[in-house]
Amino acid sequence: MPEMIDQIFVLLKHWIMGYVPSGLQPVSSAILSVLPVIVVFPLLFAITTVLERKGLGRMQNRYGPNRAGPWGILQPAADGIKSLTKEDIVPRSSDQLIHLMAPIVMVIASFLVYTVVPVGRNMVVADLNAGVLFFFAIGSMVELAVFMAGWSSRSKYSLLGAMRAIAQMISYEMPMVLSGIVAIMAAGSLSTVTIVNMQAGYTGIWPHWYLFTPWGITGYILFMIAATAESNRCPFDMPEGESEIIAGYFIEYSGFKFALFFVAEYLGMMATSAMAITLFLGGWAAPFSFLTWIPSWFWFFAKLLLMMMIFIWIRGTLPRLRMDQLMNFGWKFMLPLSLINIFSAGLWHYLPSGFTRWSVVSLLLLFSCFLLSRGLRRNKWFQERTYRFAS
Amino acid sequence: MTISFLLLAAITIIGTAAAMSLKNAVHCVLALTLGLVGLAALYLQLGAQFIGLTQILVYVGAVAILAVFAIMMTRNRNQETASTESGSFRLSGTLTALLLFAVLAWAIFTGISPQALGGAQPEASVHEVGVALMQRFVLPLEIIGVLLTAALIGAGVLAIEEKEGNQ
Repeated sequence: MPEMIDQIFVLLKHWIMGYVPSGLQPVSSAILSVLPVIVVFPLLFAITTVLERKGLGRMQNRYGPNRAGPWGILQPAADGIKSLTKEDIVPRSSDQLIHLMAPIVMVIASFLVYTVVPVGRNMVVADLNAGVLFFFAIGSMVELAVFMAGWSSRSKYSLLGAMRAIAQMISYEMPMVLSGIVAIMAAGSLSTVTIVNMQAGYTGIWPHWYLFTPWGITGYILFMIAATAESNRCPFDMPEGESEIIAGYFIEYSGFKFALFFVAEYLGMMATSAMAITLFLGGWAAPFSFLTWIPSWFWFFAKLLLMMMIFIWIRGTLPRLRMDQLMNFGWKFMLPLSLINIFSAGLWHYLPSGFTRWSVVSLLLLFSCFLLSRGLRRNKWFQERTYRFAS
Repeated sequence: MTISFLLLAAITIIGTAAAMSLKNAVHCVLALTLGLVGLAALYLQLGAQFIGLTQILVYVGAVAILAVFAIMMTRNRNQETASTESGSFRLSGTLTALLLFAVLAWAIFTGISPQALGGAQPEASVHEVGVALMQRFVLPLEIIGVLLTAALIGAGVLAIEEKEGNQ
């Protein structure tokens, strides 16, 4: 019975396919695989927005949305209707075609990356043998969409926001890819399905996730920091910085185009979380061996919501970084540490298993982390704080 | 000659043609990106996943952004390109295009034709590419790795020194 519930969506698809004439099989199979993705993830986005607003509200000692429906649960529907009925204002001097294309390209790219995310056992739209590469390749298209939005609006704030966003995304794309490489090295494959399968199995009750190795947890933390920067979220939200450049690259967008940027941001955030889950958290695998009877797709979405919670928590906790702090952190800390992490993953592979490699690799990573953070804080230990315009 | 091939070929040709004929430099870059995406899709259609995805990663993710950044940094207004009108520019452009076409045509005619392979699709999966890189081409790979690491560290060092100069 648990087997059947685990595979219920796969069986459902096969059952529907049984009624489709053979000529239409490939097309309908593709549609049946894609349709759940474009239904489920926007729904999850809607839930996440209301959870975020409620959660942030609680962290800031206020209620958050509580008018639409019970506990404000219908707030996303109200927001959606509002943005659909709003006037769509396009600046007269803007580049009309590119202005229109930017949100479309962004949303398409954000949806495309879900193609390679395994959301459950046998549940992946396409098992490409270069799946992780596909993820990063399509993810890099978002940068172009950001530029298109910022440039075509013909507004200084838009352009500044786009410059900041692209500079930030380029800087943090490299640590992101490099920190993901350790999982690829360990699994020996670029296919997301294979990476998840390599992390299956348990020692006692503990799973064989890459998170539970020194290089795995380092890679995971680096990946999540880079993912936060990639999705332009707090504390890396200079591209949007409300108090500085109002809303960044999508300031000249209104109505549903604005909503599309919002959707794309959250979809991107969920996609990178899904990739982090795939690479380090064992994908759809249960966290303990005695919980394997719960369906695999439940675990995937539980992990995804947990990651969303971490994102919201960070947003509610940390203040915004400055541009130079962001760049210093990206280039002087994240990048060297992810390179050292790759080296230590290789070391881990060749050292005999047991206490030795645990201690050697952990010490190497902790030591380099310590040195790099000291280097980052150089000359900044006991400086007297000066307020240039107040004294 | 399937419909998907014709569509992708049309996208590629329209994109690259637009890149040559549009006036605004940013439009040109975006049109070129469209052409490169079409090319990547053609690779993917031929089953060369690694090459197709690397094409997107490198050209769309890096080269297009670099070009766009260069344009944004170097010009204040979107002045239209004037140099394309001069005669020598056109002559050299035609010459380059003809030479490139000649080399490509030569490569196509002297290379192995698809029929000679006997219908068997050559496998170009990531695994094959990885094995080739790690065994046959390991020395070039190592050299490029060292070179790129040096470039990466060099970029970091340059950025650090600039920072200190400001203080």
